Amino acid sequence: MSGFPILSLMLAVPAIAAIACLFVGDKMSRFVALGATLATFVLGCIMWAQFDIGGAQWQFTERADLFGRFQYALGIDGMALMLIMLSVFLMPLCILASWDAIKSRVGLYMAMFLVMETIMIGVFCAQDLLLFYIFFEAGLIPMYFIIGIWGGANRIYAAFKFFLYTLLGSVLMLIAIIAMIHEAGTTDIPTLLNYDFPVQMQTWLWLAFFASLAVKMPMWPVHTWLPDAHVQAPTAGSMILAGVLLKLGAYGFLRFMMPMFPDASGQLMWIVFGLSMIAVVYTSLVALVQSDMKKLIAYSSVAHMAIVTAGLFAFNQQGIEGALIIMLSHGVVSAALFFCVGVIYDRLHTREIDRYGGLAVNMPAYALFFMLFTMASIGLPGTSGFVGEFLSLAGIYEASSWVAFVCTTGIILGAAYMLYLYRRVVFGELTKDDVKAMADLNPREWTIMVPLAAVALWMGVYPESFLAPMRGDVTTVVARLAPAKPAGDAHLAAGKLKPAAAHGEAAHGSSHAGGVQ
Amino acid sequence: MTADLMLIWPELILTIGGLITLMLGTFLGDRNVGLYQLSSLLTLAAAVFAVVALFGIETTVFSGTLSVDSFGGFAKLLIYAASFVCIIVAPRFFNGGMRAEYPTLILFAALGMGIMASSRDLMTLYVGLELNSLAAYVLASFMRTDERSSEAGLKYFVLGALASGMLLYGISLLYGFTGTTDFAGIAKVLGGELNIGLIFGIVFVLAGLGFKISAVPFHMWTPDVYEGAPTPVTTFFATAPKVAAMALMTRVVIDAMGPAVGAWQQIIIFLSLASIILGAVGAIGQKNIKRLLAYSSINNVGFMLVGLAAGTQQGVEGVLTYLLVYMLTTLGAFLVVLQLRDADGNQVESIPALAGLSQRRPGLAAAMAVFLFSLAGIPPLFGFWPKYLVFEAAVNANLVPLAVAGIVASVIGAFYYIAIIKTMYFDDKSDTEFPKGGGAIVEDAVITASALWLSVIGYLFIPVLAVLSASAAAVLF
Repeated sequence: MSGFPILSLMLAVPAIAAIACLFVGDKMSRFVALGATLATFVLGCIMWAQFDIGGAQWQFTERADLFGRFQYALGIDGMALMLIMLSVFLMPLCILASWDAIKSRVGLYMAMFLVMETIMIGVFCAQDLLLFYIFFEAGLIPMYFIIGIWGGANRIYAAFKFFLYTLLGSVLMLIAIIAMIHEAGTTDIPTLLNYDFPVQMQTWLWLAFFASLAVKMPMWPVHTWLPDAHVQAPTAGSMILAGVLLKLGAYGFLRFMMPMFPDASGQLMWIVFGLSMIAVVYTSLVALVQSDMKKLIAYSSVAHMAIVTAGLFAFNQQGIEGALIIMLSHGVVSAALFFCVGVIYDRLHTREIDRYGGLAVNMPAYALFFMLFTMASIGLPGTSGFVGEFLSLAGIYEASSWVAFVCTTGIILGAAYMLYLYRRVVFGELTKDDVKAMADLNPREWTIMVPLAAVALWMGVYPESFLAPMRGDVTTVVARLAPAKPAGDAHLAAGKLKPAAAHGEAAHGSSHAGGVQ
Repeated sequence: MTADLMLIWPELILTIGGLITLMLGTFLGDRNVGLYQLSSLLTLAAAVFAVVALFGIETTVFSGTLSVDSFGGFAKLLIYAASFVCIIVAPRFFNGGMRAEYPTLILFAALGMGIMASSRDLMTLYVGLELNSLAAYVLASFMRTDERSSEAGLKYFVLGALASGMLLYGISLLYGFTGTTDFAGIAKVLGGELNIGLIFGIVFVLAGLGFKISAVPFHMWTPDVYEGAPTPVTTFFATAPKVAAMALMTRVVIDAMGPAVGAWQQIIIFLSLASIILGAVGAIGQKNIKRLLAYSSINNVGFMLVGLAAGTQQGVEGVLTYLLVYMLTTLGAFLVVLQLRDADGNQVESIPALAGLSQRRPGLAAAMAVFLFSLAGIPPLFGFWPKYLVFEAAVNANLVPLAVAGIVASVIGAFYYIAIIKTMYFDDKSDTEFPKGGGAIVEDAVITASALWLSVIGYLFIPVLAVLSASAAAVLF
């Protein structure tokens, strides 16, 4: 706000630290990385504190004509702010999570994570379409190295699959971006957000963007890279992949596809609903039969992301706000769950569910945290998961009761596979000798668990802290989508008996009006 | 006449410098490596200076057979710079076997390429092309005692002669049906009705030129020649002649055949897609890094042709930017290959031997990774930018299907680039050791500088590049 280039600084700190990590040796690089990520987190907190809720749509804007054809233009709105906060919050925890687990080539590892952080912040704050694309694609390189060098036994297959799958999706988006720039004559995102592309063109652009973002998301049936990548990636790699990278797809939906191609979004929403419904049921069922913990959580991520996409395409305030909260909540909770797997993996070096059992006896603190995150993943009231799922399902119900019906079964199945996982790992008899020998959480692990648990509860108890900055942006998107919005089948009406208690929310009223037409 | 001579200083300097270097070699023997290397480098530096001094002049000389313009100037700068580097890196590779012919031949090849880039008449075109080719045939077989090198030279010569024949046949047809060898005159006739003779002429000329830029289906010689020729010569082949041939092709297509868009555009589109796809697929099974880079050059030529197919000024700007970035990347990659020597000092070219290179030589592996990601066009590396420009030109010229097909095929290409990175970074160390040292400071400096430039720093130069390439491309329109 004060003209201080805080976003550039947040990009620069991890980038410089990444270069430093390559040269300072293994021991020092851990501290450099931790220091840099903490510093970036502090900067992020300052930014959040300074963010003017209800003020200008784009804040902390910076603009420099560095590249001739496109601009170095940064700026954030509420959605970007929250996603940047998610990234900078998870990063120091990822560094801590890999403190002991990574033993070889630590300098390079830390450098890759820091580069990743720069790229993630860059994706969320880029205000220029080409700059966005450059950041969006650039994320492939560090993730390729992280999976390929420090991953599990089948890491090379997973790294290739991740790289090529996501690249193939993104290149089609590049062609669409070129066509958009040609049509609109600008690369400036805020301008493009209000540009009305010809309806026929919108359909093609929408499909090209969808090809890219659906892979990133990932949506069924192009989700198959995700379980492989997760299973093979090191713990911190999975944390960042599930925590932030999966949000890129949904962010792209909300930032580009919906406001830039509203008509196409309205016409093609059935694709999104259809794929989301299949994904919720199918991947939940697949998760139920997994014997590998990481794979199970990976499939559950696909199911959660499907509720996000359905919520976004509900085109109403609750649906989109709910989807955003699921994104944030899933970012924290799935990262925490992957860390929970990492904790016991470090001790026993296997992810097979059957090799564990009875951990509640010898690892009570671990069992407690694991329980909390399991419940948050299921969506128990009081945890972050509940808020997001309730809001988005309410929004989806307004748009289509059948989609809401199918998506809700996902919640039930989610409870089934998560509780089944928890029962097999934590409860039961403590019979195996090597499992008996496992020690409870050490101070480093406590340090990681506590902030994650605190945020999951905070988001569950007082979600307004997170919703408030985003509300204005969601309203803008909903208004932009209003003309293209199909009539919902739910025909909700505000209760007539207690007019005083009606919340009088704008979205509520307008959707009702839309239903009547 | 004298006024014309004043405008071809770069060519004059190269001719005189080349002759001086030749005389030095003849009379002083092969032992004075430093001396004739110095004279050739000075010649090239002076030629670069002359090009810069002539920048901005747009005219033709010698009755309109040769042009002096910024398009030619741009290409010449790249050609001379690449030749400069290829002379610097040679002595260490030849390890005492360096002879005065090497810099001399490079100088004459550079002279020929300069003429190619600025010719605007079918006669000068052919003179330049053959001057370059004859020098190149000898360079390919420079290591007389090495079987692969001789084979490379012979293959290059036979297939090159065949291509020259096709080109000449095309030239004679064009001349016969238009009555002129002047590009502008040909364009005037092509603006009218096309007959079968003209179309055959266009096809044969493009086939002959397609051979020189090694576009599929005229690419067969490339992997063999790249593999067999001594590495500094391969470095040279992969950079300077590519620039010259591509500039020549652009000039012929836009200047001479410009009005007959319908006739040449489909040919270029076919060459482009075939090169992208075959260059990518062919590279997958390769075990030799030089062969692999040969396929990579075929692949990249395909992308350049996407820009040319658009046939617009924007497309030509894209091609020129692409040439510059491609040249830097390829130079860097080959310099890395030159540094790969095992404990006995032998060159290592096998890809499996590179396993674990990142642990033995982290800096070298990182530079190679930058070059490969850049060749694959993955942002944020600068190799993305020229690819973006050519695809943008294609989309803006309503060639969306070409752009989509090309960009999807680029994913196949990415596969083998990341496969080498996998070998260097993910695999366990191979038995081959790569001891440090022995490399000239210049080599390291060029590698470091181009790697840094190709990482994000290059983006800061886009405004400069845009002005340069726009002024060069504007000449043709």
